[in-house]
Amino acid sequence: MTKQQANWSPYDNNGGTVVAIAGADYCVIASDTRMSTGYSILTRDYSKIIQLADKSVMASSGFQADVRALQKVLEARHLIYQHQHNKQMSCPAMAQLLSNTLYFKRFFPYYAFNVLGGLDSEGKGCVFTYDAVGSYERVGYSSQGSGSTLITPFLDNQLKSPSPLLLPAKDAVTPLSESEAIELVKTCFVSATERDIYTGDKLEIVILNASGIRRDYMELRKD
Amino acid sequence: MNVSDSTPAMNNLMGSEADSQRTLYPYVTGTSVVGIKYKDGILLAADMGGSYGSTLRYKTVERLKSVGKHSIIGASGEISDFQEIMRNLDDLILYDNMWDDGNSFGPKEVHNYLTRMMYNRRNKFNPLWNSLVLGGVKNGQKYLGTVSMIGVHYEDNHVATGFGNHLARPLLRDEWHENLTFEEGVKLLEKCMRVLLYRDRSAVNKLQIAKITEEGVTISQPYALKTFWGFSAFQNPTAGAEGSW
Repeated sequence: MTKQQANWSPYDNNGGTVVAIAGADYCVIASDTRMSTGYSILTRDYSKIIQLADKSVMASSGFQADVRALQKVLEARHLIYQHQHNKQMSCPAMAQLLSNTLYFKRFFPYYAFNVLGGLDSEGKGCVFTYDAVGSYERVGYSSQGSGSTLITPFLDNQLKSPSPLLLPAKDAVTPLSESEAIELVKTCFVSATERDIYTGDKLEIVILNASGIRRDYMELRKD
Repeated sequence: MNVSDSTPAMNNLMGSEADSQRTLYPYVTGTSVVGIKYKDGILLAADMGGSYGSTLRYKTVERLKSVGKHSIIGASGEISDFQEIMRNLDDLILYDNMWDDGNSFGPKEVHNYLTRMMYNRRNKFNPLWNSLVLGGVKNGQKYLGTVSMIGVHYEDNHVATGFGNHLARPLLRDEWHENLTFEEGVKLLEKCMRVLLYRDRSAVNKLQIAKITEEGVTISQPYALKTFWGFSAFQNPTAGAEGSW
């Protein structure tokens, strides 16, 4: 009698796309709100974005149960940080924490594809992009998830980010205004929705700037 | 979805002596659960079948249970794992009551507890083989959520497990609206359950509907749906192809 194999996988891909763009004094973080499994849509109204700290917002796509667990771990760690340091975590600090948290499960990873956006200690927009096991870098813009292959080349074309290899280092944040960046994000998602079956339903945009945080929504195709 | 073979790398993580201690596949299973929000609260429907593979072994399995004062749970999947979940939930509610502090767990809290329970078992590679629906009303707030065996969870105005996702959700997306009356809600659920009865091999024609409102929980007596099989094409099925069967 051959040994019985497990016929279930601890992972699933619940789809979705996330995007973030850093500006001179703002950061835009966006995601669709569709949650899928296989060829079925589970719900059309699930937020993939969470505010971890005053100036840090994370958007994650991938396996929803892992994403939620990751969010809870980071929320808890931030609470402890506040107790110990009597202040909010800065975005670069949260970026390092996220990387360490992901690598901690290097041999049973969080199947989560993250993008962390916010304002750095100088008030400039910052975006950090990650893989599932914590490898990360600060960039001017990023896209992760099922529609990322469609969106990233478009952003490369529109935002023309300077090479990180340049000396002296050139600023990666876009010279676009906040409203221009929001329009760009909407365009990204409308296009991705056309061709990616896992992206659609509704777009949630979070904008972080000196005045605080606000949310914007836009309907997307539901097919 | 998540019923693909595990990779060779995964198998090395799970020793053979430990195999007898982990769930590898389900034995006695329940099929779909369907739930909707309506004007006064939540309605859940599930049939009373417990299948043993392809045998419809048990026909009086109660897959809808109340949890505390404010919630009901519906389960599909392995029945024994559901019984284990109920033991945990009954303990949870008991300890909540023993605080005697005037506070009681609402559906949100119970759903969160279930999600953590399912996810933590998945993390240990020993899942509770269920898909659960959790609905309830507390302080006028309606709540309807679901959790799968690997911890995927969400809330919505209408939810379903298993085949219900494929057959019932499309019907609900078309016909659900806010402020359904109780009669409209039951009619809509029965429509879903009838389609499932026709098209899901593990469905049985004996179902219960559970209602929860601010006033409390009611789980109906079992009853059967009217079905129609008198299609002329069924009368003489080989009419168009003589010699076939």
